[in-house]
Amino acid sequence: MTGTPDSDTRASAAPNDATLTAAGLAPTGHGKVLIIACGALAREILALRARHGWDHIDLTCLPAILHNHPEKITDAVREAVARHRTSHDRIFVAYADCGTGGTLQTACAELGVEMIAGPHCYAFYEGLTRFEGLDEITSFYLTDFLVRQFDAFVWTPLGLDRHPELRDMYFGHYETLVYQAQTDDPTLTDLARSHAERLGLQFERRLTGYGDLETAMARWAAAG
Amino acid sequence: MADEDDDIILADLNDEELVEQMFDDLYDGMKDEIEDAVHILLDRGWAPYRILTEALVGGMKIVGEDFRDGILFVPEVLLAANAMKGGMAILKPLLAETGAPTIGKMVIGTVKGDIHDIGKNLVAMMMEGAGFEVVDLGINNPVENYLEAAAAEKPDIIGMSALLTTTMPYMKVVIDTMVAEGIRDDYLVLVGGAPLNEEFGKAIGADAYCRDAAVAVETAKDLIARRHNQRAAG
Repeated sequence: MTGTPDSDTRASAAPNDATLTAAGLAPTGHGKVLIIACGALAREILALRARHGWDHIDLTCLPAILHNHPEKITDAVREAVARHRTSHDRIFVAYADCGTGGTLQTACAELGVEMIAGPHCYAFYEGLTRFEGLDEITSFYLTDFLVRQFDAFVWTPLGLDRHPELRDMYFGHYETLVYQAQTDDPTLTDLARSHAERLGLQFERRLTGYGDLETAMARWAAAG
Repeated sequence: MADEDDDIILADLNDEELVEQMFDDLYDGMKDEIEDAVHILLDRGWAPYRILTEALVGGMKIVGEDFRDGILFVPEVLLAANAMKGGMAILKPLLAETGAPTIGKMVIGTVKGDIHDIGKNLVAMMMEGAGFEVVDLGINNPVENYLEAAAAEKPDIIGMSALLTTTMPYMKVVIDTMVAEGIRDDYLVLVGGAPLNEEFGKAIGADAYCRDAAVAVETAKDLIARRHNQRAAG
């Protein structure tokens, strides 16, 4: 996010992407409100906190690579809520359904914590209402984080580094790679375009900003 | 395994060794070698159906088990499937000529809104290998496609696949429509896809949820046999 309005010192306090992918982020212990988030949202949440001066918000992240193993997300969130329950006054969960098939929503309701509405981050970055109207079943989405971590989340796990001939078995029915840009960064845009070329897809960039993530955080900040 | 195999001349192996080698080559996704081995066995007088069941399906069964046990992953399974597809392409016309047994018919497709067909394709291929006739509806099928195919093809089984949690509820739409039209019990309905589970399959009124392609084959065989037995008893 270099060069963007959000690239202040607090945003840059986020660990590097590889760490967010594999290990996540521990809370600082400062702040009454704790957000338990996907590691893929760390930079964005820290940027929003800095932009709005929400100093009472603390952040912990689960490893972003759980994105590729959605069956593990709900238990990981349950465990994180239990672990941090006593250290903060309020806890919020910055995940959408994210492929959990409603189990995360059920768990959050049982635990009495609010999560983000919608099927996944692509929907809340776009804005849930707008996303539902798009009906883009042949679009493959990337966010800022996923553009930077494309190899770790897409290319390598699908074996395309070793077997590029499998590409069309995975992506043959997709038409467009949609890059939902949280920040206006020409370098990231070029990188996203190159990913589209590697996948054999058309490229579209939409500057979504933070969408419903910002709205949710504003509500959580006010509640704390 | 590929390096060790560099010096192996398939034609020099006896039948048993060759089938073992085909298991290895399927496991390693070596399509050219599988095609060569299929030709060799045909030249030796093996019936196409025997090659299919003993060599190709036998080999894919090992691949399926190792996928289930977390030893193999999706890319390796796809390479193996691609190799099997190469062998199947040679055998398929011969199977029709030689009157290989057909044990049932299946209509299969991914549901409306879902374009992810890797799992569906694996199931279709394994079902064909097991002796089922498969009518593949492809991707993104509204309920009408299933009903029209059911009426036209008169299958024993309707299979639905979904990869997304946002599209899997559509399976219930299809089953509910079948119930409303009074045709639900005319077919076995099998469902599958990464986000599904047995509980979901039961909740939407499917006959079975199938965790993977190998399970789909075994479940289909089992349910068809049971249905035959029930009809015979009735």
